[in-house]
Amino acid sequence: MDIFKKLEILTDSAKYDVACTSSGVDRTAMHGGLGSTVSCGICHSFAADGRCVSLLKVLMTNACVYDCKYCVNRRSNDVPRTTFTPRELAELTIHFYKRNYIEGLFVSSGVIKNAAYTTEQMIEALRILRHEYRFSGYIHAKGIPGASEELLNELGMLADRMSVNIEMPSNDSLKLLAPDKTKQSVLEPMRFIRDRKIENKNELTVYRRAPRFLPAGQSTQMIIGATPETDLQILNLTEGLYRKYGLKRVFFSAYMPVVEHSLLPALTTKPQLLREHRLYQADWLLRFYEFQASEILDEKNPSFNPFVDPKCNWALNHMEFFPLEVNKASYEELLRVPGLGVTSAKRILRARRAASLDFDALKKLGVVLKRAKYFLTCRGKVKEGVRFRQDEVLQSLMSKKEFQMYRSSFFLPDGTKQLSLFEPPVVLAEDVQKCLTGQI
Amino acid sequence: MPDGTDIIYYYDGSFEGLMCCVFESFIKGELPVEIVGPGEHQVSLFAQREIVTDIEQARRVIAGIGNKIGGEALQFIQRSFLTCLPGKERSILLFLRKGFRVGQRIMRMPTDDAVNTLFNAVRHLSNEVHLLSGFVRFSIHQDVMAAEITPKNYVLPLLAPHFVDRYPNERWLIHDKTNSVVVLYEQGKTQLLEVEEFTLPAPDEEEVKFRELWKLFYDTIAIEGRYNPKCRMTHMPKRYWENMTEFQPGGKAGAENEKPRETAAMRVLPEAKRLVK
Ligand code: SF4
Repeated sequence: MDIFKKLEILTDSAKYDVACTSSGVDRTAMHGGLGSTVSCGICHSFAADGRCVSLLKVLMTNACVYDCKYCVNRRSNDVPRTTFTPRELAELTIHFYKRNYIEGLFVSSGVIKNAAYTTEQMIEALRILRHEYRFSGYIHAKGIPGASEELLNELGMLADRMSVNIEMPSNDSLKLLAPDKTKQSVLEPMRFIRDRKIENKNELTVYRRAPRFLPAGQSTQMIIGATPETDLQILNLTEGLYRKYGLKRVFFSAYMPVVEHSLLPALTTKPQLLREHRLYQADWLLRFYEFQASEILDEKNPSFNPFVDPKCNWALNHMEFFPLEVNKASYEELLRVPGLGVTSAKRILRARRAASLDFDALKKLGVVLKRAKYFLTCRGKVKEGVRFRQDEVLQSLMSKKEFQMYRSSFFLPDGTKQLSLFEPPVVLAEDVQKCLTGQI
Repeated sequence: MPDGTDIIYYYDGSFEGLMCCVFESFIKGELPVEIVGPGEHQVSLFAQREIVTDIEQARRVIAGIGNKIGGEALQFIQRSFLTCLPGKERSILLFLRKGFRVGQRIMRMPTDDAVNTLFNAVRHLSNEVHLLSGFVRFSIHQDVMAAEITPKNYVLPLLAPHFVDRYPNERWLIHDKTNSVVVLYEQGKTQLLEVEEFTLPAPDEEEVKFRELWKLFYDTIAIEGRYNPKCRMTHMPKRYWENMTEFQPGGKAGAENEKPRETAAMRVLPEAKRLVK
């Protein structure tokens, strides 16, 4: 098979993995080599679906001995199969890298023969890159459940980040849809990586130049919408993963119906993009805004509000917390204001040391006031013409049509009387697109 | 210092030249209505003065800024000078006038007008540098990697170090078509060269192959069910597309139709007009 066909097949079957970040390490090229990484990560392009393209994201092979029901590569699926040789993959990476197409490589794989053999193939590709080409660019490798700790360690000494996908938000769903995997087989490598990283940290304090194990840590991914878990369950699981395994990121992937199966949503089902988006917003709140999962959702409100983002939703339910005085509020408090992000909050903190701020000053700082103005006072005054009432705030956040729908959906900010949430009316589709591109 | 003096300064467009304008303005106690670089002469009602660049004098001004307003402010105006802000020269002068009055504190005053204008311009510049660190596309011609960009700001002095870290053992160049300047890197050294005309040679077979492979990858990686062109445009404004491989018309055919340009990249360089820095 020629390289074009191979690349097409192995890209096509890798594209459902959503992780493509290249962040978390700072490094310049080694002597006689090429490649660097920057901790903020770099997007090299954006695909037609609006997602960042940072890494050459491909599978080593799309052949697989397993039969996970939701996966295009499952054994029982009748599709053409192909495999990169480690050298082919390494060379392609270098050629792309030199042209600045990519920040590095993200290699995942179907399970060919067994977990050990598959991992060895990936190790060989990475060895060629790191040792023959002296490549210091970013590498993300998939940890294959079932591979030995020795192999995982070897892979981890070559890669910057590893991910072991948890795939499904609960053990039951995993059992049902991925009969060859168990929660145990997924959590085991995660635990190993966590412990090995702690050990490596100690090695590094003893000897600063000790080789580094996965400097950008580990991440995971789960599929949303193929199984019946609630948002609350998913968010709690996410929080648990961050706390227990020290994960750098948890990714969510709205299920794309690629397979006809009685256990799965019909092929005509639309991916739950809005839900996925809300999960990412909530995930940001956990990681950067010092929120707890229990503040975002609880047994009484186990689902996200489709009309209002989680932070705004929290604010609407905690009107007593606001308005906050811009010139006095702490950093943590500012982060609770809808429309204020980490950057804005930091800018405010810095600027108000020199002079007390009014709304004009906020604008100059690049703070977007569309939402924030309802929740802030400057020198004790609210913004002209703004009334701090739940109703007004809501109306300003939505279009007229949305507001009416919101009203007729009986979905009240206090969480009472909600109808089925994740079948929002079709008119919303466009707004989803809008909010997918926006920030919290 | 009077706030409006009906005079226009002309200078040679260099940072040192601007520093001499600053000096002139302070010595004469006047605030020019405009400070204009080369090639922008126009008929005007105002009196005009040519400010001659005196490197020694510029050095003293720069040292003065470092001592009185601080290193951070100095770096800040150097960056401001690279921005595409209209009338940046006068804005820099206004910033320095204030800076000499209030000292280091000026860097903590982002809402002050004199500071804010430059802050926003520098933010725009830094954003563009960050975006381009990903969007730059090199072609490989024999053993030289070459790229073209059309930025709004004068980004090369900030962009080049990123690629020096990345490709320290390669020979490469980036041609900024907006500002007619090329950064050339070879054996640990970067040079910034002003060029008038500069074209890259046609791609060879191997180069065409990898362009095609990249386009194939790019087209394949998107998930059709999530098509979202608006989102793509927000993250990657269209003006960057013209220099990106994935948006060039059909690889093989396209390349053959392109009439081969005889000017080899490396032949052009020695003819480069003038060393900027
Ligand atoms: S093991 Fe991975 S590649 Fe194989 S079927 Fe399951 S999800 Fe797909």
